[in-house]
Amino acid sequence: MRTTRSVLGLLLAGSLGFTGLSVSAVTPADLQQNFDTAARASVPGFTGFSAQRGRQFFSSTHGNDWSCASCHTQDPARPGRHAKTGRDIAPLSPVANPQRFTDPGKADKWFSRNCNDVLGRPCTAQEKGDVLAYLMSLGK
Amino acid sequence: MDNTIKRWVFDTTVWTSAVLMTFVLLMHDVAAESRLPPVTNDKWRAECGSCHIAYPPQLLPALSWRRVMSELDRHFGADASLDAASAAGIGAFLESNAARGKRAAVDTGMLRITEAPWFRREHREVAAPVWKGAGVKTPANCGACHTTAERGDFSERSVRIPR
Repeated sequence: MRTTRSVLGLLLAGSLGFTGLSVSAVTPADLQQNFDTAARASVPGFTGFSAQRGRQFFSSTHGNDWSCASCHTQDPARPGRHAKTGRDIAPLSPVANPQRFTDPGKADKWFSRNCNDVLGRPCTAQEKGDVLAYLMSLGK
Repeated sequence: MDNTIKRWVFDTTVWTSAVLMTFVLLMHDVAAESRLPPVTNDKWRAECGSCHIAYPPQLLPALSWRRVMSELDRHFGADASLDAASAAGIGAFLESNAARGKRAAVDTGMLRITEAPWFRREHREVAAPVWKGAGVKTPANCGACHTTAERGDFSERSVRIPR
């Protein structure tokens, strides 16, 4: 009886641990996969993401005063600076900063805020995927 | 000794002591007020502290914090939207520790700490070019001069104006 209970306990602990791990261990590639799935569903003739297009999008303004580069600089593998407050911003590229794009909630929050500031609307899956492709390509 | 002289000596002593004591208490009060009691909240520090220093709740009255938290999608020219649960938690923390006393004297729901009468009074000796200097940039950048602002310590001792 005692053995059964401890085996069950171990199994439970193991499965919880595994679930916990699979939820928190998100990589930039996992997020890119989500954008890919969304883009395939919404963009007719979607042919994949482009780092080149992402770079162009990142460094251009889109009708408002700011571009992504206004705070993250033209080289997002390096630290940035908030355009208004002057606060330091850690590098955005996951190549330079392994913590980036590992928390889906955080990525969603910042895409939502910053796209609204830069474009005045939410970004599409294509735009987010292109930018992430660009950020992942830096330093390679 | 003549009674009048005795009376005069007594009165003078009492009044001088009273004035001195008031002065000492006042200075003590001023010093204590510039070191804010340490209240903290992890969510507040993480969320409010990601684009600027997490401004201490004691620097704005409750009505002002309520306005700030209800307009996060238009937060001083940037979108700082939060999920409802985080916003509610942070809002409650800010309001329950909001300014009281002289810092809440005029609670008109103003949004900028830098527009408060006490802020202007405390900074009246700071010349205009200092605010605009590269090391400061904006009066909202407390940490540029108040080197211990992140700890809620705004005492004059820790002020270093960047040159």
